[in-house]
Amino acid sequence: MSELDIVGRSHAHDSARQHVTGAAIYLDDMAETSDCLHAAIVKSPHAHARIVRIDAARALAQEGVIAFVSAADIPGMNEVGPAQHGEPALAQEIADYVGCPIGAIIAASHEAARRAADLVDVTWEPLPALLSLDEALAAQGYVCPPQHLVFGDAQGALASARHNLKGSLEIGGQDHFYLETNIAMAIPQEGRQWHIWTSTQHPTEVQKHVAMVLGVPQAAVTAEVRRMGGGFGGKESQPTIIAAIAAICSHKTQRPVKLRLDRDDDMIITGKRHDFRADWEVGFDESGAINGLRMQLAARGGNVADLTGAVVTRALCHVSNCYFIPNADLLGLSLKTNTVSKTAFRGFGGPQGMLAGEAVIDAIARHLQLDRDVVRARNYLSPERGLATPYEQIVRDMIGAELMEKLSKDADLEARRAQIAAFNASSTHIKSALATAPVMFGISFNMPSLNQGGALVHVYTDGSIQANHGGTEMGQGLYTKVAQVVAETFGVPMDFVTPTSTRTDKVPNTSATAASSGSDLNGAAARRAALEIRERMGEVAAALWGVDAQTIAFRNGLVSSGNHAMSFGDLARTCWLKRVSLSAAGFYATPKIHWDAKTLKGHPFFYFAYGAAASEVEIDGLTGETRCLRTDVIHDCGASLNPAIDMGQIEGGFVQGMGWLTMEELWWDDQGRLRTHAPSTYKIPGSRDVPADFRVHILEGAPNREDTIFRSKAVGEPPLMLAMSVWLAIRDAVSAFASGASTQIALDAPATPERILRAIKTLREPLDQPRETRD
Amino acid sequence: MSNSVRFLLNGLTEVAAEAPPDLSVLQWLRTHCRLTGTKEGCAEGDCGACTIVLADAHEGALSWRAANACILMMGQVHGKLLVTVEGLADGALLHPVQAAMVERHASQCGFCTPGFVMSLFAAYRQGEAPETEAIHDALAGNLCRCTGYRPIVDAARDALPSGGIDRFTPMEPAIVASLHAINNAGALDCVTKHGRFTAPRTRADLARELAANPEARIISGGTDLALDITKRHQRLPHLISLVSVPELRRIEVSDIEIIAGAAATYAELLPHLAMLDPSFEVLLRRLGSRQIRSLGTIGGNLANASPIGDTPPALLALGAFVRLESAAGSRELGLDDFFTGYRRTALQPGEFIESVRIPKPAHGALFRVDKISRRFDQDISAVCGAIAFSLRDGLIHAPRIAFGGMAATPLRARHAEAALVETQSFERAADALAQDFQPLSDFRASAGYRLQTAQNLFERWRLIAAEART
Repeated sequence: MSELDIVGRSHAHDSARQHVTGAAIYLDDMAETSDCLHAAIVKSPHAHARIVRIDAARALAQEGVIAFVSAADIPGMNEVGPAQHGEPALAQEIADYVGCPIGAIIAASHEAARRAADLVDVTWEPLPALLSLDEALAAQGYVCPPQHLVFGDAQGALASARHNLKGSLEIGGQDHFYLETNIAMAIPQEGRQWHIWTSTQHPTEVQKHVAMVLGVPQAAVTAEVRRMGGGFGGKESQPTIIAAIAAICSHKTQRPVKLRLDRDDDMIITGKRHDFRADWEVGFDESGAINGLRMQLAARGGNVADLTGAVVTRALCHVSNCYFIPNADLLGLSLKTNTVSKTAFRGFGGPQGMLAGEAVIDAIARHLQLDRDVVRARNYLSPERGLATPYEQIVRDMIGAELMEKLSKDADLEARRAQIAAFNASSTHIKSALATAPVMFGISFNMPSLNQGGALVHVYTDGSIQANHGGTEMGQGLYTKVAQVVAETFGVPMDFVTPTSTRTDKVPNTSATAASSGSDLNGAAARRAALEIRERMGEVAAALWGVDAQTIAFRNGLVSSGNHAMSFGDLARTCWLKRVSLSAAGFYATPKIHWDAKTLKGHPFFYFAYGAAASEVEIDGLTGETRCLRTDVIHDCGASLNPAIDMGQIEGGFVQGMGWLTMEELWWDDQGRLRTHAPSTYKIPGSRDVPADFRVHILEGAPNREDTIFRSKAVGEPPLMLAMSVWLAIRDAVSAFASGASTQIALDAPATPERILRAIKTLREPLDQPRETRD
Repeated sequence: MSNSVRFLLNGLTEVAAEAPPDLSVLQWLRTHCRLTGTKEGCAEGDCGACTIVLADAHEGALSWRAANACILMMGQVHGKLLVTVEGLADGALLHPVQAAMVERHASQCGFCTPGFVMSLFAAYRQGEAPETEAIHDALAGNLCRCTGYRPIVDAARDALPSGGIDRFTPMEPAIVASLHAINNAGALDCVTKHGRFTAPRTRADLARELAANPEARIISGGTDLALDITKRHQRLPHLISLVSVPELRRIEVSDIEIIAGAAATYAELLPHLAMLDPSFEVLLRRLGSRQIRSLGTIGGNLANASPIGDTPPALLALGAFVRLESAAGSRELGLDDFFTGYRRTALQPGEFIESVRIPKPAHGALFRVDKISRRFDQDISAVCGAIAFSLRDGLIHAPRIAFGGMAATPLRARHAEAALVETQSFERAADALAQDFQPLSDFRASAGYRLQTAQNLFERWRLIAAEART
């Protein structure tokens, strides 16, 4: 590949200046028209109840209140399900979780709407509610069918294994805690058309469901988003609900209506990361090599299917991480409960599956009293051991083992472990530990049809360029990366390229900006659009100069061939004069992938992204408090499109994963009410929680083996799982409190101070898990 | 008398606002001024997206502090300079903290960014040194979900040494003069059709106002009171502020005690209370954030009577007293007698906390306070425990032990105290704690965890006593 001028360099985020000056416009910052109204959602206080009667009279009598809407006001279908039908925007007869929207108040101001929403009188008939994962497991109610992934003969392998262990692990959910809460503004246009401003990762989904709810064709609805104040998966399916309700309110009043959830409503009403329970049995030999694994992964899906089916699929696909499991029997359950829906969240089930897999490796290592990294080495995917995943994709780019070796040397793990052992021997109440974690994450949506992207590129007669595509900007720097691709293609400086807002009337029928696929899909589509225009421009220049079009070079804002040269802008103007189109749509569909959703077999991932991390923690045995002292990371971005932006994804993903595994806890009371629904009660990491010594390296000289956009790799999700190193280090620090030989550790996720203290206490009492089931 | 809220906005522009008492600065900025750089992230002072900076004129100079606009009522900015993120850049020239944030790739989604910029701006104006712990202190009130903070901390390191010079520097004398002019116009009494915000200047006026308006709510820093508005959707039609009464802001330190006016902020008290023991400094640095500590007051922390307030266990262990005052006179109560039940106190209608008197531990006495929470910074305690005792001939004498998070009020652990005196064993005292408290389980911690960690604190304290004996 020729040398690159723009791609591969650390350009600043396209909005960085606006961010720091407060000039970046988020949806709530947009100027409102003087007739704009504001809505607030009326929520169910019950986990499961029949709506007997709604009386909004008291609310409607308040100053500034204009109207109330319920399901009865929906002109079209009451449907917002992203994957399957039966998911209403507003509950019709039955509310099935605390916070379930049953209506909305529309008022002249946000505050008036919010106060009046508390005054809507609803007569309820409470129904029995299923709240916990265990209750749901016993009830065997599912939001979508169980998924069974079978590879080899797990039963036989377990029966013949030298050692067998059984265990279980509970893995907590997580709130996205994007700083900008969910928001939408619906604006009626002429002729039954609608413009929907939305904070969404999936404008097409918003467009589709607003059309459905309003009973108009999709072509009558335009959804638009310039930027989100964070997404993390929480704005993949959830904004559809918010936009649909705003549209219903707007339809009722025929005025623009903005619906902004305050933090508490956002956390109570909208979906979260799934909590899981993994029950497993593993058979292995004396060396730690796994012969067979049986695992049930039960996810608490909440009140509706949402994206749970696909989340469970990805969880099943990541249990094996970068290991070869010759015989696997993996059952994924999507349980129905009367709690808020569980939805997409960075990693999309992958983190939970992978954590369960690492818990198995950990149990084997403890049982055999081997270093966890030794057990891992016995199980890595390799030509000798096997390169197939349980879903039968052959892994041809496995570099996980290499990364782990490099990390071990670069971070001086051996010497540090010796220091830690010495420290622990002399410290009574504080114990330290150092643990590693490898990550191998499959890139592509599991469902092949979603792996498509579109772009629309315009060159104007002054040489300036608009780059538009179906991907959305949530802070991850997608607009910047795509602008780099376009600038590189035209050989112009970055300031020639203006990214513009994502809207369904520019690029239609898009996939969510999700599954880490944003730059892979949209970058490739934009590249194709730009190449098409460049080719046309090249031909014009070639004709002008009487040279072969192949000799035309685009670089540094100049177009040249031999002694001929002109500015890019001049050529653009020349093209216009010669009536050559300066606009093109680009389209990209990921090659090579296929998937059988029935058998859970195929080649779902175009490639894998890898990483390795080592974290050193300290825990206080009197209080269970932890600190992460140092983390070293090596992460694989292929040939990075923008190292600074990728670094931000790695560091940010790691810290978010650390929050998930250490301090963030969703706590429901016995009435099914989420009691941690604001930052005062739900704690995400702060600046002091980041490893005091944080050394992150992007793997150099490792372009993607697959032909992705400039050989880069997706980076949004994989780094989150590097935080498993923190969780494993905490387990090791807990075991440092054991008086005798190493033993199994009973520590679920998140490893809160309370759970850590309990795990230390359990060390001193008889253990029941994980336990040897044979011998 | 000033009957509108008057202040400077982003420089020398004077604003006079006829603001309802329960209108937050954030709402005013976003809705009335269309200054939308300041964001709402949580409306409870926990995420920092709404951070703005206030400057007061003090003895001819400006003192700067970060605050949360979401829980700051308009009346509270009277007579101050209010700086928002829009006010930092000098035309196209970014402020040094803004430039460093761009240079370090410290924004991703950008929604939290204005808040971080303002926290760094406050630190910049305060002449903060670019040291890691100070930077974390400055940022503890701001949450970022995207970056993992490293680049923001790096930006702080880059920007802070530049020494406090910026576009406000040449304006300072004029700002000071304008603020003096506003403040010299008399006490604020802003009456609108939605209610009244009054800020008396003397104790007598304050007592009279409270006596005449028993339904009015007292506002000091407002960091907890504001949640009634933002979280419980209430309207507060009449607020009477304590903070304009100079005596209520006083801090008097003598050899034997510290007397703090009720409206002294945590930030103002921090250096003085830190002298009692380093653990008190740690506690205060973990109480809220700089934004909260710049507004929240010691009187508010007590009057609020939350079972999980952070200063009460320490003050109970130190044997503090509160002075209550009303139009009828004043009285002093031991803090033990002040808390009467869950969020209930001995305050009578028309009465306010005038001051808190904190006896210093006698020479040779030991004092220690420990806070246990899930997150180190800006988290509410699961358990907060404090102990004060002296050693006489190696024996523990007159211990005072108090806990928060263990009962409906912050409370002394009398059984544990007695056991400690009797057995001289911290282990026995820890056992006796089970007779003092039957804590509740909630989302912060289970009853079992609370009791166990409270008992485990006695092991920490045993080690401190052992060290003191040697």
